[in-house]
Amino acid sequence: MNFTYLKFEILRTLRNRRFLVFSLIFPLVLFFAIAGPNKMVIVEGIHFPLYYMTAMASWGSMTATLSSGARIAAERQIGWTRQLKITPLSTRNYFAAKIVCGYMMALFTVLALGVAGTILGVHLSGPEWLKLVALLLVGLIPFVVIGILLGHLMKVDSLGPALGGVTSLFALLGGSFGPIFQSGFMLKVVKDIPSYWLVQASQSVLSPSGWPPAQSWIVIGVWTVVMSRLAVIVYRRDSNRVS
Amino acid sequence: MNETTRRPHGIVVDHLSKSFGSVAAVRDVSLTIETGEIVALLGPNGAGKTTTIDMILGLSRPDKGTVTLFGTTPANAVLAGHVGGMLQTGSPPQYLNVRELITMVASLYPHPLDVDHVLEMTGTAEIATRSTTKLSGGQTQRVRFAVALVADPDLLVLDEPTAAIDVEGRRDFWNIMRSVVAGGKTVIFATHYLEEADAYADRIVLMARGRVVADGPPTEIKAKVGGRVIRATLSEVSAEELMTIEGVAKAERQGEGITLSCSDSATSDRVLRELLTRYPAARDFEVHGVGLEEAFLVLTADNEDSAVSGTDDANPELDGPGFER
Repeated sequence: MNFTYLKFEILRTLRNRRFLVFSLIFPLVLFFAIAGPNKMVIVEGIHFPLYYMTAMASWGSMTATLSSGARIAAERQIGWTRQLKITPLSTRNYFAAKIVCGYMMALFTVLALGVAGTILGVHLSGPEWLKLVALLLVGLIPFVVIGILLGHLMKVDSLGPALGGVTSLFALLGGSFGPIFQSGFMLKVVKDIPSYWLVQASQSVLSPSGWPPAQSWIVIGVWTVVMSRLAVIVYRRDSNRVS
Repeated sequence: MNETTRRPHGIVVDHLSKSFGSVAAVRDVSLTIETGEIVALLGPNGAGKTTTIDMILGLSRPDKGTVTLFGTTPANAVLAGHVGGMLQTGSPPQYLNVRELITMVASLYPHPLDVDHVLEMTGTAEIATRSTTKLSGGQTQRVRFAVALVADPDLLVLDEPTAAIDVEGRRDFWNIMRSVVAGGKTVIFATHYLEEADAYADRIVLMARGRVVADGPPTEIKAKVGGRVIRATLSEVSAEELMTIEGVAKAERQGEGITLSCSDSATSDRVLRELLTRYPAARDFEVHGVGLEEAFLVLTADNEDSAVSGTDDANPELDGPGFER
């Protein structure tokens, strides 16, 4: 990895205020606004602030990883990716830098919400905190890939709505704004969506086994593999086209 | 590694062809460019210049033929940092200032030039702290040139580097370019301005409709495409006699009309004066530049004729609409 290149990519990420607002400020504000008045409510067997902290961390970090990859669309549109293709920078490192930036922002969001949760009385042991953060980061892998996929699929004009739509859909179905299906067929459906397991990360940590169920690993794995295949196909198609 | 083993073969473009759908953008182009040569690819829009450059840079894969840069593939040459390029499109990315951008790009190369030196050379030092999104057209162009140059490449490829800037900016750009590539770099640049190709290249490769239609030193190409044509009505003087006027490269007669071709405007002025003196009966004068477009058409037409009578494949899309990519 080229650290100077990475440093400037990180700098560019941090200078993007819209990015900060949507992945960090929004989830924090919502967390305090909604979890604050409902500190004593129990949801799905856990205290609401813990549920909502994880939910907002999922939403914010999902936004961070998705939009980091999706920013490739803008660089494609202005021809910067073509310019980079005639430098020794490998495609792998180009993507790696985008992924690192997305994960960095995601980590900020998760940590900020952790602090916010503590303020509202969320109490977890040290190992539980570590496990929660680790589970969230692993659960984000499909979203990193979907971001890169969108980055090659979308034009800049359509990127905003697409990103907003995709993020909202995943967040809504996954339960970031509160569990929407308690039982039945639809619950079965949303359990096949990776964002559901992001939101469930805190329940998993507090479950008797202390680990998420096997299904969650399968869902995350399958989504990652399928989206990666799609991303590779779209990337190849894009590389062969001369704009 | 010493210089000669690192760059043994210059650039070899061998029977390159590329089509987009039914449009043949580049057809059987072959070129050999020696290390240190400054070559202009001259041609109108749709001539295949950009497609050729994309294949030289390894950005697009040829349908047929190969490109060799310094004895290796374009991809390897790019990876080794031997290539710097200024593409037709390629705005600098946002959220960086000029110095940061050049530093970032420099970090990608094994032996980059000093960033401050490059800023100095390209005249971007005074805008070094300005955001890449707050630059004028000419400034953006210089920054993009700095991006290409910081690699200290053996091969510098510039695709219509002055397309987006005004006449004055164009002159500035070429002055900078001339001063920085003096040291033995191989340069390929695309342009549709004959004057640019003439002033800054050692050699001009003239392209039209995806083919190389002429290849030689600027003086030779200029004679082919920079000429003037005089038309007049004048009877009873043979074409052979008209050829005796000094400066007439070609004389033709169609009925009452005569057509005299000259190499440039100064010559056509002299010929015109002589024509008036010798033949006061001559009338209906008309002088016009051959112009690139027209010269291309003439040269291309010749080329197509030979292609039809020669061994080349039939090209059904020859007269299809638009050779623009």
